[in-house]
Amino acid sequence: MSEPVIHTDKLTKRFGDFVVVDALSLTISGGEIFGFLGANGAGKTTAIRMLTGLLIPTSGTASVAGFDLYTGAEGVKLNIGYMSQRFSLYDDLTVRENIRFFAGIYGLNNQAIKEKSRQLLESLKLLEVADTRLASLPLGWKQKLAFSVAILHEPKIVFLDEPTGGVDPVTRRRFWDMIYEASERGLTIFVTTHYMDEAEYCDRLCIMVDGKVAALDRPEAMKRHFGVESMNEVFIQLARPNKME
Amino acid sequence: MHSFRGFLLKEFYHIFRDRRTAAILFGMPLIQLLLFGFAIRNEIQEVNLGIYDQSHDAVTREITDKFASSGYFVMRQELHSTAEIEHAFAEGSIAEAIVFEPDFAAKMIREGRATVQVLTDGSNPNVSKIITGYAASVLQDYRNTAFGAAEVGVEAVPLMMFNPELKSVNLFVPGLMALILMLVSALMTSISITREKESGTMEVLLVSSLRPVEIIIGKVVPYFLLSFVNVVTVVALASFVFGVPCRGSVTLLMLESLLFIVTALSLGIFISTITSSQQVAMMISLAGLLLPTILLSGFIFPVASMPLPLRMISNFIPAKWYLIIVRGIMLKGTSFGYIWKETLVHGVMTTVLMVASIKKFKTRL
Amino acid sequence: MKDAVLIAGVGKRFGAVQALQWVTLSVGEGELFGFIGADGAGKTTLFRILVTLLLPDEGRAEVLGLDVVRFYRDIRKRIGYMPGKFSLYPDLSVEENLRFFASVFGTTVEKNYELIRDIYSQLEPFKTRRAGKLSGGMKQKLALSCALVHRPEVLFLDEPTTGVDAVSRKEFWQMLGRLREQGMTILVSTPYMDEAVLCDRIAFMQEGRMLALDTPSGITKLFQKPLFAIRARETWRLLCALRASPHAASVYAFGSALHYTDNRLSLRADELLAALQADGFTDVSVSVIQPGIEDTFIALMEEKQGSCL
Repeated sequence: MSEPVIHTDKLTKRFGDFVVVDALSLTISGGEIFGFLGANGAGKTTAIRMLTGLLIPTSGTASVAGFDLYTGAEGVKLNIGYMSQRFSLYDDLTVRENIRFFAGIYGLNNQAIKEKSRQLLESLKLLEVADTRLASLPLGWKQKLAFSVAILHEPKIVFLDEPTGGVDPVTRRRFWDMIYEASERGLTIFVTTHYMDEAEYCDRLCIMVDGKVAALDRPEAMKRHFGVESMNEVFIQLARPNKME
Repeated sequence: MHSFRGFLLKEFYHIFRDRRTAAILFGMPLIQLLLFGFAIRNEIQEVNLGIYDQSHDAVTREITDKFASSGYFVMRQELHSTAEIEHAFAEGSIAEAIVFEPDFAAKMIREGRATVQVLTDGSNPNVSKIITGYAASVLQDYRNTAFGAAEVGVEAVPLMMFNPELKSVNLFVPGLMALILMLVSALMTSISITREKESGTMEVLLVSSLRPVEIIIGKVVPYFLLSFVNVVTVVALASFVFGVPCRGSVTLLMLESLLFIVTALSLGIFISTITSSQQVAMMISLAGLLLPTILLSGFIFPVASMPLPLRMISNFIPAKWYLIIVRGIMLKGTSFGYIWKETLVHGVMTTVLMVASIKKFKTRL
Repeated sequence: MKDAVLIAGVGKRFGAVQALQWVTLSVGEGELFGFIGADGAGKTTLFRILVTLLLPDEGRAEVLGLDVVRFYRDIRKRIGYMPGKFSLYPDLSVEENLRFFASVFGTTVEKNYELIRDIYSQLEPFKTRRAGKLSGGMKQKLALSCALVHRPEVLFLDEPTTGVDAVSRKEFWQMLGRLREQGMTILVSTPYMDEAVLCDRIAFMQEGRMLALDTPSGITKLFQKPLFAIRARETWRLLCALRASPHAASVYAFGSALHYTDNRLSLRADELLAALQADGFTDVSVSVIQPGIEDTFIALMEEKQGSCL
């Protein structure tokens, strides 16, 4: 197995007295599709913000893409990709402008940007709409483009925060095809979702409850452990609402 | 009625819950008044003065003493050459220099006249003009005492009516009232309505038994009261702290202010009916209301000295008329008989804006 | 049964975008009716027309027997509406929000407490907390309480479960079930296919059009090909292999299995299994299954797209 892309040990974030993420210990290896689940307010967002170098942990150790979270946050940012459901691309820019912009902020030079744009437009079959504003494209295309742009700078890992919210079932599955392909090429995927069937597509899952890891295993193993048929039932058993905050 | 009371209560919660906004709303009039009252004024005190006396006789010494005791100037430097004057200006150690020509007293006696040169730093023309005036008045004063009625000719003796001490705070208070009322009434209402549009709560309000008129009035009443509190604060502060007089009827002043508040509120509502985001509402309010209120109303720059197009535009700025009214009542003691035209302008503006707002306020999305 | 909502040939366009096209259906009194579709399917537009916030360009709609254009004021008094974003005042507490929405409809929380007790009792421990500080699930419950507080006759819930976790979603649907038992008519929209089975009847929406309209079990009957569930350890390789097959009609991942239909209608499970084993999938299992809501939705989507191309 290759060297871990994410390794955290007792990673903790506290806001005042409130422990949002409590001793998160994870090891994620290259090419893995890692699902990160939890109820609203379970600490998912905070954990992702720490792993992407946006928040400094309170305690614990962590390295992401080979960089220490405390000392190498800039290195982390350069070696990860990030895509969220909202606000990943600019609707008022054209496809080409979006690519150019994001390639630019990841520090690619002009020559590389040109080359990358051409490749991307070709591989996504978007050449014909390269100069169309994004707003008028179907959601599925936008999503593909958003994902491709997020991994344009060839990061080691990409964080996908609810990438398929509100998307129709066919587009959702096409998106997962892209995830699988990227993982085959060795990219590590860290994904959150509210669709429990998507949880089953992951190699391994982590379910957070109240800031702690409630379960961390392969989906089949989890289902076996709880003796249930679907991830939905696993989730509901784990996150059962004795926790109204 | 029950639903309207609930609506009002909610609006007051919004205002007082948002500490920062509440602080601005109530603190702003205070801070602005203090700023304008103490810090920003037209009169200039303690002008740093340099003297280049090439004569050193009894007359020049007497004039120098007059400068020193005038209260406007501080003797900063004795200068000894033209080069030194330039250097002192460049350094910024003096703002004004007085140069007496050689043999000043002798010339004065022999020829009946001698020359004093007054030099100022022209990089700020306003200041320069004012302090030149101060110097001129010191010199005039000397002339009067030295020669008395012997000097024949016509002399203009200016008397500044209504503001004999030329206190700038008297000028600023009315402008400040206009500014604060615009800000509180127009800006805050337009933001508070568009915020509901943004958050989607407007959708729910529309799909309720509330009528649009009730929503509008519910939004307006809190800011109406708030603005009125602000007017009273400003007038009281201006009178007790800065001694700004209110020579006319206080009741009339308050009534006129209430009318102006309504005008500003209807402007705010109108803005909110043509925009759907807080950001746009804020931009329109700032660029479209506050800047003209400051620049074109006569608050800082007199309307009379503006070029014709700007003068015409200024007629559409409610604050211009409010300034005339407030300055009239407070400083001149004018009665309603002289400001009914301005009042009428406000009345018409308000009616037009209100009707337009209610027409434009959509009962749907 | 009387119709609580009637929609006849409703169309709406925004500039160049046809948001709704010829939607026709009716919802009976006391029915729990679901609009299932992704973002941009026209669900929100349709809801806004029904709650009298938008005017339809074509067709007509009635709520409680009243035309949505002419009698909008009467309709507004008798319906409850929960827009897509939970429209609450973040700076007001839980209780203040509820009291405000009660007062807006000229009623009090106490008068209708029976109706919301089930939902609101879960929020009561936090009634002094600002709504902005609530979790997604709690906001959703508060928004529902606010929409119910004036005892509406028809409830419109636009994507009430979007962005809410699975546990809260489940609880929410249990609440809707109890409201329906009390006889309330409920129209709800959702992008989650698994919620469709909880409705009495559903309409599939896609790009402003209705793809299908029936009971959940009735709708799955539209799926006519035999459907196989195939499992293997290497799901991705299996997916690629199946797609490459010239006989494949459709292959989609469903949780841990792949749902597969074949162009050869007579194909049996054991034949498929043998073929896959011959391809080197040693741990593969194949079974024939009943199509679900999502299978049907996908099939209808493809059918429509196929006919367009």
